Amino acid sequence: MQPLLELQHITKTFPGVKALDDVQFDICAGEVHALLGENGAGKSTLIKIASGVYQPDAGDILLEGKPVRLGSPHEAQSQGIATIYQELLLYPELTVAENIFMGHAPRTPFGAIRWISMREKARELLASLNIYDLDVTRKVGALSVGNRQRVEIAKALSLNARILIMDEPTAALTEADVERLFNIMKLLKGRGVGIIYISHRLQEVFDMGDRVTVLRDGRYIGTKAVTDTTEDELINMLVGRSIDNLFPKAETQIGNVVLEVEHLNHKPLTRDVSFQLREGEIVGMAGLVGSGRSELAQSIFGLLPAQSGIIRINGKAIRVRNPRKAMRHGVAYLPEDRGTQGLVRQMNLRINMSLTVLRMLSRASFINRQKELKLALSTIEKLSIRAYSPNQIVGKLSGGNQQKVVVGKWLATMPRILIVDEPTRGIDVGAKAEIHRLMGELAKQGLAILMISSELPEVLGMSDRILVMREGRIVAEYSRADATQENIGMAMMGNIENGHPVEEHQMDGV
Amino acid sequence: MASVTQTVKPISRRFAVPRVLRSIIGSQEAVLFLALVLLIAYVGNENGRFLATRNMVNVFSGNAYIAVAAIGMTMVIITGNIDISVGSLMVTLAMFSGAISIYTHFPSWMSENSIIWLAWIAPLIVGGIVGAIIGFFVTYLRIPAIVVSLGFMSILKGILIIVSEGERITGMPDGYALAQRHPLEKVPLPIFEDFFHGLTMPIFFMFGLIILVALWMRYSATGRALYAVGGNAEAARLSGISEHRILMLTFILNGFFVGIASVLYATQFSVIQVTLPPIEMTIITAVVVGGVSILGGTGTVIGAMLAAILLNTITKALVFVDISPFWMRAIQGVLILITVLADLLRRQRQSA
Repeated sequence: MQPLLELQHITKTFPGVKALDDVQFDICAGEVHALLGENGAGKSTLIKIASGVYQPDAGDILLEGKPVRLGSPHEAQSQGIATIYQELLLYPELTVAENIFMGHAPRTPFGAIRWISMREKARELLASLNIYDLDVTRKVGALSVGNRQRVEIAKALSLNARILIMDEPTAALTEADVERLFNIMKLLKGRGVGIIYISHRLQEVFDMGDRVTVLRDGRYIGTKAVTDTTEDELINMLVGRSIDNLFPKAETQIGNVVLEVEHLNHKPLTRDVSFQLREGEIVGMAGLVGSGRSELAQSIFGLLPAQSGIIRINGKAIRVRNPRKAMRHGVAYLPEDRGTQGLVRQMNLRINMSLTVLRMLSRASFINRQKELKLALSTIEKLSIRAYSPNQIVGKLSGGNQQKVVVGKWLATMPRILIVDEPTRGIDVGAKAEIHRLMGELAKQGLAILMISSELPEVLGMSDRILVMREGRIVAEYSRADATQENIGMAMMGNIENGHPVEEHQMDGV
Repeated sequence: MASVTQTVKPISRRFAVPRVLRSIIGSQEAVLFLALVLLIAYVGNENGRFLATRNMVNVFSGNAYIAVAAIGMTMVIITGNIDISVGSLMVTLAMFSGAISIYTHFPSWMSENSIIWLAWIAPLIVGGIVGAIIGFFVTYLRIPAIVVSLGFMSILKGILIIVSEGERITGMPDGYALAQRHPLEKVPLPIFEDFFHGLTMPIFFMFGLIILVALWMRYSATGRALYAVGGNAEAARLSGISEHRILMLTFILNGFFVGIASVLYATQFSVIQVTLPPIEMTIITAVVVGGVSILGGTGTVIGAMLAAILLNTITKALVFVDISPFWMRAIQGVLILITVLADLLRRQRQSA
């Protein structure tokens, strides 16, 4: 059968990262083709290419066998490719009908909108999706997420979409809404619409999908018919088997408990989280984006003060109301996004590095410039930051060097507990190795490190112990010896509870 | 381990020759200073009377109160906020100050001198309090500063009109006229005696306060924190800097400096006008033309001061070269646009 849309040998590079490397994907009429991959595997980039947001650096896009160029989302739409993003792109202040026909409302010869016929058509369109309970004159802002999504689907159909791309459509839905969504998808399938379906939930892939394609690290891993594969096989494809020796975890002397968290809550982001962290230990924290890992870190660091629960540092219970308090107790937090959270980009290295220790560097509230410069120079040397001067603007450094500046500014506080959130995201392999080596050295010196990472090889390579979070809870814990990509991957995806596989019947509602 | 010097060659090597020039063009303060010198030289050449001592003093003192108020505004804009109520606040405080100086029902133990001091000091305190209220709305209730200050502008204008009933204030005691004093009058000087003797108090206030604040902002931990909050509030917060404390301090200081400016404004003539020229616009213009990025994070009070002086110099110069002073508004507008464009280019070069 001739596929509706084919993407062949697609390569896309962003500064510093190869997002897609020779990837292929196709979708036929009347099928649901699931696209799977971990965070950062390249799914989003691929669907953005299919929907005209990005142009590939290399590769071909074929529409019914003929090469096309999708120069913009508008061009893709006019070719019948519609995308429903996770964040729905509707106008909350406009009505359902207005949203559906935004940009292509029926008009009179004078250009005025035919309001009555527009509402009529909107109603027909919704009826064709078996939706009868949605008032087309209501404002979209007042609708539930599930209903808004239905409006988006109707909008796509009003543009005669033949290919519908859905990016994690069930992520924010209630169970009943998921059910209704699936019914609509079946309806569309029957009409010959091809649906590209992205989800983290394997169960849904098996419920709804016809075929499934797996990406990993921007590479094409394979395509399977859903009937020919198993969950285990898909998880293997997702996380891969090989761990390169990029991650030198030195043997360290693991000492006393430094950080103890008990029943920590910041609902709904984190629920009843308890764990310990010891001197010289690196604890890896795995989980999907949105599983509450960063929020947990931020509770410990005082950015999202916990609603309940106990945080003990060196055996003493403390209350962390703000980052300053946490810093006083020797906690440092290397944030997830160095650009928006870690650095003041238009300022220079020296100023960025001293930001955390302004008080230590000051006498009578005036900064000692000599000390500040000395700190900057020694950090540059110690972390081998590639900069020509401590007065260089940090925004101009490469991603890896920027990250080292953030590491440096936290090491300046001489922490006893270091929480790192995605420490090597978006930096090149060399800088990555250096940061890993540094973390190993710091652990050797007795620092306790909690490492949040979405890269399983990194978690497996660096950690003495691994915690897995899902939906705000710690759902599994593995020692270095017991941890494998498979069991961590399963725990992340929801097939393992407390280290044990979940029974089939329990999994349904997930 | 690789040494620092070996790793990357300076990018600026490619432009080795005009490096000095580039650093001058790159600094708004230097550009303004150059423009000021060239303007005075040019107009002085066209019409010698422009350089007369009395006129030169006017050139420097005329906008001194604007420059003092611009200190606070500079801080406010660096943190990424704005305050458009400062003009109304300044005139209100000026009226308040004048009213104290002519008030006759103080207890008898208060000397005339202490009443004058009260008239000078009280506006600073009230200004600080108003600043604290505005700061509270912005910092803790998270209402955009432009909205809060718009509200305060109306409130203050209303109060001003009702309380003053549109009457100007006159009959202040002699000792009250702070801005008309010449502090160096009696100091013998070897050169430029006329010029230095002619210098009025606002000039000393302007230079003194600007130098103090410039040093404080550049070298103190709090000054650094102020720039960090303006440059990236999130990163500053994560670095243990209390954004709330910095914002409150900024707005309180803003009110305080408006208070000082209001005293200079109130004491410059023998009457205090309660009409409202758009003072806040002149202050904001001075700050923006002075190189303080409206997006926050960069700029200095020195730039704002130079811009305030430059604006006044242009106003005064127009008369001497036979151009209608009504052009001033348009010229201010052009200056703002040029500065914003230059800032944009600089930012683009930085992120390139």
